Amino acid sequence: VTRGRYKIFLGMAAGVGKTYRMLQEGQAELGEGRDVAIGYLEPHDRRETTDQAWGLEVVPRRQVAYRDVTVEEMDLPELLRRSPELALIDELAHSNPPGLEHPKRYQDIADAIGAGIDVYSTLNVQHLESLNDQVAELTGVRVRETVPDSVLGTADEVVLIDLTPEALVERLRAGKVYPGGTIDAALNNFFRIENLAALREVSLRQVAESVESKRLTLQRVEPLGTRQERVSAEVPKAVGERLLALVRPQPSSQRLVRRAWRSAQRLGTGLDLLWVKPPGQSLEGEVERQVTALRQLASVLGAKFLIEEHDDLVAAVARLVRERGITYIMVGESERPRGLARLREPLPQRLMRATPPGVDVRIVARRSAAKEEGS
Amino acid sequence: VIEHVLVGVALVLGLGGGYLLARSRRHAKPAGDGEDVHRILLPFTGTEISRRAVDAALRLARAENASLMPAYLAAVPMRLPLGCSIPNEAGQAMAMLEAIEQRAAAQGVPVDARIERGRSYRHALARLLESEKFDRVVVPAEASGGEGLSGDDLVWLLERAPAEVLILRPAPDDARRVAVGAAGPVSHLAA
Repeated sequence: VTRGRYKIFLGMAAGVGKTYRMLQEGQAELGEGRDVAIGYLEPHDRRETTDQAWGLEVVPRRQVAYRDVTVEEMDLPELLRRSPELALIDELAHSNPPGLEHPKRYQDIADAIGAGIDVYSTLNVQHLESLNDQVAELTGVRVRETVPDSVLGTADEVVLIDLTPEALVERLRAGKVYPGGTIDAALNNFFRIENLAALREVSLRQVAESVESKRLTLQRVEPLGTRQERVSAEVPKAVGERLLALVRPQPSSQRLVRRAWRSAQRLGTGLDLLWVKPPGQSLEGEVERQVTALRQLASVLGAKFLIEEHDDLVAAVARLVRERGITYIMVGESERPRGLARLREPLPQRLMRATPPGVDVRIVARRSAAKEEGS
Repeated sequence: VIEHVLVGVALVLGLGGGYLLARSRRHAKPAGDGEDVHRILLPFTGTEISRRAVDAALRLARAENASLMPAYLAAVPMRLPLGCSIPNEAGQAMAMLEAIEQRAAAQGVPVDARIERGRSYRHALARLLESEKFDRVVVPAEASGGEGLSGDDLVWLLERAPAEVLILRPAPDDARRVAVGAAGPVSHLAA
């Protein structure tokens, strides 16, 4: 059986129109003569949504007894038996009550796709596992139902349903999102303009990163042509930046991390910290303490701290740069070379040669050195 | 010809020996900044700290040839996991640490900064006391009840800290603060 295609409609919050757009595209597919059925729809008593679903076949829900109540859930076995060409399944992050085939709806969807059914589904950005903490900090509201980020990665298409915060608040006020009695509470809590603006930014970035990671997966490095040709061929394709800071277990690395983090914030991108550990070096005493401090700092900042054991720093960095799509490397100022080390090519130059064209290398001066230069 | 070969061999051996010597020296050098460095802990919260406290800690550090460990204490709300990233608060912390490090660098004092999370400032401080070694703690007492460490916290610190604790009395000078702008990471020394 050929695997079905998977399309996810991603939004910053409830009410932006994900379900509406999913139904709209379902109607269009039906109009094209395809066999379309609704696997599960949560209309939230929104009239526009209900109207949009008109004419689409609905796979009946099943009744499930859970804690003395009966709830209605998507009927996965019936959907698989009916086997439409395209199934519309709302609320990807939903958790199923115990006793069903899977604990989570995204797992039900995986079964449907595996059975050759194309699936359209909907998801709010705060349900993504890796963003859950960040969104909770930004908005003060934590959601319990989360899905692994890899689910987004399995989608063939991710469509961002974008709406300005002001337009969403307007929709809310007009009673198009929640019933009248709850509008004021929603406006004063989750649906504040600053919350929505932050969520919108997170959603836009998430989709940009998803596009970027797909591009990197598909892209094959062709080491042909001059450096200039390769730069001009590859740079325009870059969607987002990714920073890598080369650290060592020393207090001075913290300044480098601060600089790198600030740059990452300005660029609105992720930060990786890498320590290339010489083989055989033991993690004890002061080294262990500093590694713990760096790990802690990375965790506070939301950066990723990586330790690679390798005897060739440049080779280790070059490999990581290719693997993680790094576009920017930050290194601390090296100590003045002594003896034969003076004959060696400086680290930044070696990094430039070993990494793909278009990757920038920046040297962060030591505080004392900067002072000497300035004075 | 033999002479040239011998000179060549001697040259290669000399260069090789020199390279191995340099390499062994480099490997012998510890990656850290030394095992027995004395440390002075300077815990603080929020977006400002009295300049007097920073200067007192720096004076002590200079006199004792110690390094300064400024530690930003972050209170993580119960709704978030304790180990979660706190980018908004980290922005404030980074700017404060940068400002303190600038001041320390001007006086030649090495800095080894920390950001510690806890459910409260006291909890963050307790976690710091458990995980780090230091010889002294310098902590400013706030003149009026601010959002930082309370009087109770200081009493608790005196009982718990495995080091000398220097509590600075509030003074008129405390109006001079090391602070960051409300907008975030741009740091300045406020008078």
